[in-house]
Amino acid sequence: MSVSAATSAAKASAQAPAMSSSGVSTLRMKVTKINFYYGKNHALHNVSMDVATNRVTAMIGPSGCGKSTLLRTLNRMHETLRHTRLEGEITLDGVNILSLDVTRLRRMVGMVFQKPNPFPKSIYDNVAYGLRINGHMGRLDDAVEKSLRRAALWDEVKDKLHKSAYALSGGQQQRLCIARALAVDPEVLLLDEPCSALDPVNTAKIEELLFELKPTCTLVIVTHNMQQAARVSDSTAFMLNGELIEFSATGHMFTTPSDPRTEAYITGRFG
Amino acid sequence: MSARLVWRKSLNIVMLSLTGLCAVLTVSALFFILGYLIWNGGKDLSWNFFTKLPAPVGEVGGGMANAILGSLKLLLLATLFGVPIGLLGGVYLAEFGGRTVPFLVRYTADLMNGVPSIVMGIFAYALVVMPMHHFSTLAGGVALGIMVIPTVLRNTESFLRDVPRAMREGSFALGANKWKMVATVVLPAASRGILTGVLLALARVAGETAPLLFTAFGNRYWSPGWTQPTASLPVIIYTYATGPYQDWHRQAWAAGLVLLGLVLVTNILVRAFLTRGAAYERT
Repeated sequence: MSVSAATSAAKASAQAPAMSSSGVSTLRMKVTKINFYYGKNHALHNVSMDVATNRVTAMIGPSGCGKSTLLRTLNRMHETLRHTRLEGEITLDGVNILSLDVTRLRRMVGMVFQKPNPFPKSIYDNVAYGLRINGHMGRLDDAVEKSLRRAALWDEVKDKLHKSAYALSGGQQQRLCIARALAVDPEVLLLDEPCSALDPVNTAKIEELLFELKPTCTLVIVTHNMQQAARVSDSTAFMLNGELIEFSATGHMFTTPSDPRTEAYITGRFG
Repeated sequence: MSARLVWRKSLNIVMLSLTGLCAVLTVSALFFILGYLIWNGGKDLSWNFFTKLPAPVGEVGGGMANAILGSLKLLLLATLFGVPIGLLGGVYLAEFGGRTVPFLVRYTADLMNGVPSIVMGIFAYALVVMPMHHFSTLAGGVALGIMVIPTVLRNTESFLRDVPRAMREGSFALGANKWKMVATVVLPAASRGILTGVLLALARVAGETAPLLFTAFGNRYWSPGWTQPTASLPVIIYTYATGPYQDWHRQAWAAGLVLLGLVLVTNILVRAFLTRGAAYERT
């Protein structure tokens, strides 16, 4: 967790940042001054953020800073809890997500969770689940294979599609969850600390997978691991106590952060 | 060794023996009943018993086929009436609802469990027998069905609540609405537990006699369809055991053995089925 490792990784990822003025960068999602409440607890304070198309946006910060909360507002998963309130505007392709039908929104904005949560069904049925409930036309077999290939899991499971998903290892289960989320062809994929329950080998596999997904999917990833953010993302948001402190290109944030709090966090002085 | 230590050690041994003895007595009650039934009823079990109608007293070759079939028909009706209501009610309690309504529903279900079975019979009598002006299998099925509801309801709720939250979130995140999530992920995940709960509830009502006394009533012959009174194992045991004929007493023993055997086999199979392994990873 040293500063030099993070900065060298950031320099190595010479991707075009979302905020760059060179070329047109479209915004897939835009968060504008949102405030979020868990009951009386004011969890997010006036947060604004941009999610660029076909780029990886990372959110870092110490535990309890609100990064997972912010992530979950992007596909309105906070509505599955009681006593939550969201104020402000979040748009997907210019459309306010609060005006969309929530099930339609969640098809377009998928989510992968921290701990792999495959259903107690076969591998095939897990991937096909999203397709089935959304009334997929066309052959399921092809769509399932396509998703598993995109998740770099096809070769490992093609001979045992009808085995239970629990027969897979942790890393494989997480890739299965990614395949399941990709099956409905979402425009945006939200990942909530997807590698925190995995070992380094599986973590590397998933990071490579994210890189391969980027051209066809917009990714937003919450991570505890600064090096991971530096490795995989194009833009990074640093959050603290429910506020967005700094949001900039990854290379810029890890080499020359603007805010002193950002610098304190990435140099390991707290968190 | 001091006197106090001796006292403590002896007390320990005495309590251990006493509690052990009580445990053994509890278990041996079941084996005693089973043994007595096998001893007295075993010799009358035959192929005829399961396939023939009761014969006139004193004649050989009679059986209790109508009672066995009657009990099965009543249990089928109890399933049809009680299980959907209990199941969907349990789904409501586990998945929907706020604070007051679920609390009231749960409390009422628990109260219902405590209602004496004969009162359930009276209720079914007023509800079904009186409008129809005669006893019927249907009335008996309704009585047993009502008794099945609270058990199935609480059991379903319990197993649904055990399904991890992560699984529900996974389903929501793929664009399922609440009902689809429940029907396609939560219910299948809890299905094993729910099924065992249903079977245990049915095994319990299979032996209920009081509600059947004035709903299904009884029948010396076959009872085709659902609107005729029907014989059933518990009622025929009652009738024969309190009758004056030795022949009847022997048959009552045999019927008792069959009934207990059915209940025991169901219980054992259900427990073996449930403990075969969790259907999903419990977090």
